[in-house]
Amino acid sequence: MAQAYSPGLKCTDNLVLRKERILPLKGNVKVKKGDIVKSQDIVAETLLPGKVVPFNLANKLGVTPNMVHKFLKVKAGDKITKKQMIAQTNGFLGMFKTSIRSPIEGEIENISKITGQMLLREPRIPVQVKAFIDGMVVEVIEEEGVIIENKSAYIQGIFGIGGERFSTLKTLVSTPEEEVSVDDIDESCKDKVIVCGSLVSLAAIKKAQKMNVTGIITGGIDDRDLKELLGYNIGVAITGHEEIGLTIVVTEGFGKIKMAKKTYDLLKEHEGERVSIHGFTQIRAGVMRPEIIIPKEFKESELKAEKETMSTLEIGTTIRVIREPNFGIIGKVTGLPEQLTKVESETLVRILEAELENGKKVIIPRANVEIIED
Amino acid sequence: MGDTQKLKRIIATDCGSTTTKSILIEYIDGEYRQTVRGEAPTTVEKPLNDVTKGVINAVTELEELARLKYNDKSIKFIKDDTIWLSDQKNEGVDAYVSTSSAGGGLQMMVTGVVAKMTGESAERAALGAGAIVMDLIASNDKRANYEKIERIRQLRPDMILMAGGIDGGTTKHVAELAELVGAADPKPRLGSSYKLPVIYAGNNKAQDIIKETLEEKTDLIITENLRPVLERENLGPARDKIHDLFMEHVMAQAPGYNKLMGWTKGPKNGKLENIPIMPTPAAVGNIMQTIANVEDIEVLGVDIGGATTDVFSVFSEQKVFNRTVSANLGMSYSISNVLATAGLGEIARWVPFDIDESALRNMIKNKMIRPTTIPQELRELILEQAIAKEALKYAFIQHKEFAVGLKGGQKQREISDAFAQSVSGESIVNMMSLDLLVGSGGVLSHAPRRNQSMMMLIDAFLPEGITKIAVDSIFMMPQLGVLAEISEKAATEVFEKDCLIHLGTCVAPVGSIKPGKIALTVKIELTDGKNFEEEIPTGEVRLIPLGVGEKAKTHLKPGKGLDIGNGKNQEINTELTGGVVGIILDTRGRQPFVLPAEKSERVKYLKKWLAEFKAYPENTFEGGK
Repeated sequence: MAQAYSPGLKCTDNLVLRKERILPLKGNVKVKKGDIVKSQDIVAETLLPGKVVPFNLANKLGVTPNMVHKFLKVKAGDKITKKQMIAQTNGFLGMFKTSIRSPIEGEIENISKITGQMLLREPRIPVQVKAFIDGMVVEVIEEEGVIIENKSAYIQGIFGIGGERFSTLKTLVSTPEEEVSVDDIDESCKDKVIVCGSLVSLAAIKKAQKMNVTGIITGGIDDRDLKELLGYNIGVAITGHEEIGLTIVVTEGFGKIKMAKKTYDLLKEHEGERVSIHGFTQIRAGVMRPEIIIPKEFKESELKAEKETMSTLEIGTTIRVIREPNFGIIGKVTGLPEQLTKVESETLVRILEAELENGKKVIIPRANVEIIED
Repeated sequence: MGDTQKLKRIIATDCGSTTTKSILIEYIDGEYRQTVRGEAPTTVEKPLNDVTKGVINAVTELEELARLKYNDKSIKFIKDDTIWLSDQKNEGVDAYVSTSSAGGGLQMMVTGVVAKMTGESAERAALGAGAIVMDLIASNDKRANYEKIERIRQLRPDMILMAGGIDGGTTKHVAELAELVGAADPKPRLGSSYKLPVIYAGNNKAQDIIKETLEEKTDLIITENLRPVLERENLGPARDKIHDLFMEHVMAQAPGYNKLMGWTKGPKNGKLENIPIMPTPAAVGNIMQTIANVEDIEVLGVDIGGATTDVFSVFSEQKVFNRTVSANLGMSYSISNVLATAGLGEIARWVPFDIDESALRNMIKNKMIRPTTIPQELRELILEQAIAKEALKYAFIQHKEFAVGLKGGQKQREISDAFAQSVSGESIVNMMSLDLLVGSGGVLSHAPRRNQSMMMLIDAFLPEGITKIAVDSIFMMPQLGVLAEISEKAATEVFEKDCLIHLGTCVAPVGSIKPGKIALTVKIELTDGKNFEEEIPTGEVRLIPLGVGEKAKTHLKPGKGLDIGNGKNQEINTELTGGVVGIILDTRGRQPFVLPAEKSERVKYLKKWLAEFKAYPENTFEGGK
C-alpha cells in the first residue's frame, strides 16, 4: 500500500509519558527513584550565579587605575554587605577622606589595575525545577535532575504562549466549532484551564486574565489579537516565556479554526480532571510544541514507554489540512498517487486524495496536511 | 595540474540542519561534470546522534543512482561503513569533501572598541569565516557595562572573537572589554566540559593584559591584529584561527563529526591529505571568490532560507568579499519578521489584488508554525513571492550597509589607494558594475516558473545596466566551495556547467526621466535571424526570448540623461546572453525605482508587468494584457 511520512500532532487518550526535568546548572536533586510526585512538587534546585555589577572605583576615588589598590579595604573574593566601605582615600592630614561604599550585597569578583574597575557579584539566585506532571521518578540524573513517567491523556498543540502551569479542566463551549463568548468566562473559571472552541478573542483573553484563569486551550487565535495582547509582534517562533498571567495553547492555528473533534472530545471527556499545560513552542532545530497532559492512574508495571514511531500517511489516515484552501478542515486519505501533480499555483508536487468531513473530495499537496495521530 | 589529473571521481556533501546533500563529480571527456546527486535527512540530533549516518545514507543514494545511470552494478562508493577512497581506477572515489551547517552552524560573538571600526572589522572576519554573529559588543555601543555582561552571559556562543585598538594604541578599552568577558564567564553552547574558545585579534600591545585577564577562564588564542592600522584590515589570520577552532572545538563536539573529520580526504601536494570540513557559508564565499577571480567578474549571491537570508558579494577590482547574514529574514521560521520589518504596505505594493490585513497576518503566522507547507492556491503563491521580494530587499539593504570601505582612516591614505578598500565608509556594492546575480533557496530555486525567480531577483535587487541573472537550483555552491580547496578547475567547471541555471540578462537604464519619454532604444539581432527593435518608453518591461548559451548582438541607446553602463547618454554595442527566461528590458526606472502611489494606477502597471514577465498563467489577472 502506498504510504509516506508526514508530520503530525499527537492526540491520544493513553500514553506512557516520559519527561526530563533538568536544572540549568548542576545542583541538588530532591527526590529519589521510585518516588511518586505531584506536578507542583520541587524535584531539583540549584543556585545560579548572581548578576555582575561593574563599579568604576578609580573614577569614584578620583585616582588613576594603577593607584586604586592603595586605597582598597577589600580584596577579590571577599563577601560584602550593602553600604560596606570598600575603599577610602588617605585625605589630607587624616581629614577630607573619600569613602566609597558598596552599592550591593554580594562578593568582590575582580579588581582591575588597568581599568580601575571593580566587578561586584550579587548573591546567588535560587532556581527550582518542579515535577510539572503527576507521576513516578524513574531515573535520577545525579546533580542534574530526574526523569518522570506517568500515564496520560496527551494532546500536542501547534503554538502557545506562557510557561508551565497546572490546574483542572473546564470546557466552556458545547461544540468544537463554537467560539467562546466573553460572558462565558466568569468567577467559576478562576484557577481553571478553560477549553474555548474555535477562537479566543482578545476580549475573552482579557476577561480570563481578570478572572485569574490558569490557562486557555483554543482551536485558533487571531494574530492581531496576539500582538495587541503581548504588545509586540512575535517575529520568530520561540515562545513560552511570556508573562501574561496565564498560558494559551492553540491546537489548530491562526484565525478562527474549528478544534479537531478528537481533541475536543478528549478534553471534554476529562472535564474537571487535573491537567498540566505549557506553551513552549520552537519550530527550528529541536522542535518543541505546547503540551496538554492529563495524568491518569497507573501501576508501575504499566510504565513502559512505547518506541517513538514516524507517523505514516496511508489510505484511511485522518488528516488535518494545514493550508488554504480548506485550511483547518479534517478529512480522511482516500488515495496516494505516486506521480507528481500540478496544483493551481503550478507547483509540481506529490499529492494525496482526501474526503473532507464536509463531504468534499479534494486533492492536497502532501506537504499541506498533518496526520492526527492516535 | 598533476592532482587534477588524478581526480576522476569526487564526492562532496553538505550537512545542513535538516538535509545532507551529496553530489558526485566526475571527469568525463576532458572536463568535470556533476553527474548524480542524492540526499538524506541529517542525523545530528536524537535518536541517531551521528552525522555520518546521514552522510552514508546520502552517499548510498548517490551510489544507487550512479549504478542506474551507468547500468553498472559494480559501482561502489561505500566500503566498511565509510566512504571508499581509492586511487585504483573504477574503485571507490578519489576524494571526499564536506561542508557543514548542522546544529545551527558556527555561532559567534565579536567585540571591538569602536563599533563602526574595529567592531565592524571583527564582524566582517567572523561572517567571512562562515559564522552567524550573535552580537557585537563594543566599548561605545551605548549599553551599560552590566548590560553587556548580562548579554555575554545569556548568549552561549561557540566562540568569541575579540578585536579592538590599532597596534601600539591605547590598551584601556580592550582591557575593559576583556574584563567584561571574564566577568560574564561565558559557557560554550555545546556542553560545559571544555572552556570557551576566545580569539584575541586586537592591539598587539594589549596581548599580555588579555592573557592575564582571560587565560585561566577561557581557551585563549592570540593572533595578529585584524585592524593593525585604521586604513587596513588584516582578516586572514583571524579567519584561519576561526576555522581551526571550528574544527577542533565546535565540530568535535557535534555528534559523529570526529568520525566524519577522518573521512574527508583528497590528494593535495601529491599525497592523500585530510581536507578540513568547512562551515557552509565559508564554502559559498570560497566558490564566489574563485569564480570572481577566474572570470574577472563582480558577483552578488543570495541564499534565502526559512530562517535566514545570506548575501554574498565580490566587488571592486580587488575582488573584496563580503558576506552578511540577515538572521531574522526568511520564508518560514522568520517570515513573520519580514512582515514586521517591511510592513503590510511594502508587501501589498507587489500584489495586484486587495489583501485583508488580518487574513495576511494569520496566513504568515500559519506558515511560521507550519514551515513546510507549500502554496497550493495561486493567490498564496503570489503573496509568498511578494513577501520574498521584501525579504530579499531588506537583506540586500543590510548587505549594502555592511559592505563598505573602512571607516576611520585618514583621507590622504585614500588618495594613495594602496589598499583593498577605500576609507570612505561608502558601500562598495555597485549595481551598475555588477556582472552576475545568483539566487538560491527554496522560494527562488523551486518557484513553479523560472520567470518568477527572475522577476523576484530583479524587483528585489534592482540590477542596473546589463546584468546576468542565474539561480543555483540545488544549492551546490557549498560543495563546490570546499572542492575548490583541492581542485579549482573541477570547482569552476562544474559551477559554470552544472551549478547555475542561467535565467538570462536584465537591461535597465539608470537615472531620472519624465514619464512617457523614451527610456531605451533597442536593436537585438536574435538567433533566428529576426530583429527585435523598439523605442521603449518609461515604465515598461519587455521579455525577449533568447535560449541558454545563446548570444545576441545588441545595440542599446539610453534615453536622454540615462545611463546604461557607459555613462549618461552613451550608447552601447554588446552581446547579450540568453537563458531559460531570456532578456528582460526593464524601463521601470532605477535611482529612482518608484511604483505609482495611487492604487488603481499601481495595480494597472503591476498587471502589465506581471504579464510581460510571464510570471503567472495568462488569465490570472483580468485585463492583464
